[in-house]
Amino acid sequence: MSDWIIILIKIICALVWFLVIALYLTWAERKESAVIQDRIGANRANIWKFRVIGLFQPFADAIKMIFKEDFTPSFSRKFLHNLAPFVSFFFVAITISAIPFGDVLRIGGREIKLQIVDFNVSLLFVLAMLSLGIYGIILAGWSSNNRYTLIGGMRGAAQLISYEVALGLSLIGLILVYPSLKLSAIVHFQGELLWGWLPKWGVFLQPLGLLIFFFAALAETKRVPFDLPEGENEIVGFFTEYSGLKWGLFMFTDFMEVLIVSCLLTTLFFGGWQVPWLYADGFHFPWGGEWLLPHGIVVAFQVLAFNLKVFFFCWLQILIRWTYPRFRYDQVMDLGWKLLVPLSLVNIAGTAILLSLIG
Amino acid sequence: MIKALGYFIEIIKGSLITTRHFMVNMWFHTLKLFRIKTKRKGAVTIQYPEEKRDIASRHRSLHRLLKREDGKPRCVVCMLCVTVCPSECIYVEAAEDPDPEVQKVPSTFIIDLSRCCFCGFCVEACPEDAIRMDTGQIEFAEYSRDKLIYDLEKLTG
Ligand code: SF4
Ligand code: SF4
Repeated sequence: MSDWIIILIKIICALVWFLVIALYLTWAERKESAVIQDRIGANRANIWKFRVIGLFQPFADAIKMIFKEDFTPSFSRKFLHNLAPFVSFFFVAITISAIPFGDVLRIGGREIKLQIVDFNVSLLFVLAMLSLGIYGIILAGWSSNNRYTLIGGMRGAAQLISYEVALGLSLIGLILVYPSLKLSAIVHFQGELLWGWLPKWGVFLQPLGLLIFFFAALAETKRVPFDLPEGENEIVGFFTEYSGLKWGLFMFTDFMEVLIVSCLLTTLFFGGWQVPWLYADGFHFPWGGEWLLPHGIVVAFQVLAFNLKVFFFCWLQILIRWTYPRFRYDQVMDLGWKLLVPLSLVNIAGTAILLSLIG
Repeated sequence: MIKALGYFIEIIKGSLITTRHFMVNMWFHTLKLFRIKTKRKGAVTIQYPEEKRDIASRHRSLHRLLKREDGKPRCVVCMLCVTVCPSECIYVEAAEDPDPEVQKVPSTFIIDLSRCCFCGFCVEACPEDAIRMDTGQIEFAEYSRDKLIYDLEKLTG
């Protein structure tokens, strides 16, 4: 019984964290783009004249979207048209269940893993769910029964499926190094030290894999350098026929994808919740010092480290979105098939050879 | 491959530019948060309704009709502004003036500002310098269109 309650609490906490951060990513995106472009950004939304640097903006946006007319065109296939945004939302939202936020938390003799469920194949699960999200795009493009949305949907499908290949292959090197598909185990492996001082983070062991994964994941979020499915000034995109809350759901899914990509980058390549040289009983520095900490503070450090890393990658992705212009369609395909896929194969071969040499 | 590498380097350079902008502007924003006065600001934005920018002297703003010393409008209803107006938004009706030097005064003079494109041709065309666009007023948005039809009274106002 109490197990169920703990699971429920974990689900609620993780979902709230996920949705709130994704909500505030919309705000962060506006603010960061403004700061990059020497502007101020959305700062006028207020409650009783309290502006708080525009922190109420996401709520204002949400209210606007809820009260907009939700228009379903008469020529669309109604059921699929209504289903599509929920499909893409659901498959992104469910991935959070596999992300480890921290190590175990011990309360009253009970060990609680700071992860909703700890599958054996959580890495595959996350990848599978992210690829299922493509269905939302294809459904939206197809069921709207409009040429532009169809082109957008097909482009989305082609782009995401091609990058799915590079995404999967880039992780094989990683799986060779940390012989596990369990995200929590991968994070545990990254706590070990190389040569006694360097944490065994993916970024040090798999730099090429990180690069490929990062590019492929950026393409998976279908944001600006890779926003061909949307392509505002060419084809408007796969959600052309959506309005109101359903359009908002697509938009929100984009931000959730940014967040989940940041979570994955953190978990796979930057040590997840690991803080360098922090062990279950405190810091043990390689130069000999120690700083012992109680259990609660160690867990707090871990969760904080995870959050900070995730925020950094969200920042980086927003920076990228506001720096680069869009690729042409053939360039995207070239980059995917001619550069990333061969590179990831080279990465796999190189990793395998190195591992067998080291033994 | 070499080409891709060169492209990659340029990409990194580009992101360094935006990162620099972000860092520098964020630094000045943070200083402002702690109420530290700096010469440079984090953003070039003018917060419009609270802060306003000076209007240039030749800026074309809301029209006004000029008056003679005795208070009558200077306009002699020559219809030049009506003819030249590209939006056809001026409507003038003439009345007789007792002064033989003047002969005509406008009895109605209407500018439909909802159609005016602020080209300033009416000002250029007027031989009497009776109409000018130098009030410096730029905020006259209204909730209904008929409030944007300015008559003689409002224009001389
Ligand atoms: S400014 Fe141009 S459009 Fe406006 S009333 Fe004068 S001539 Fe017509
Ligand atoms: S051009 Fe000048 S004088 Fe002629 S009708 Fe217009 S305002 Fe009056």
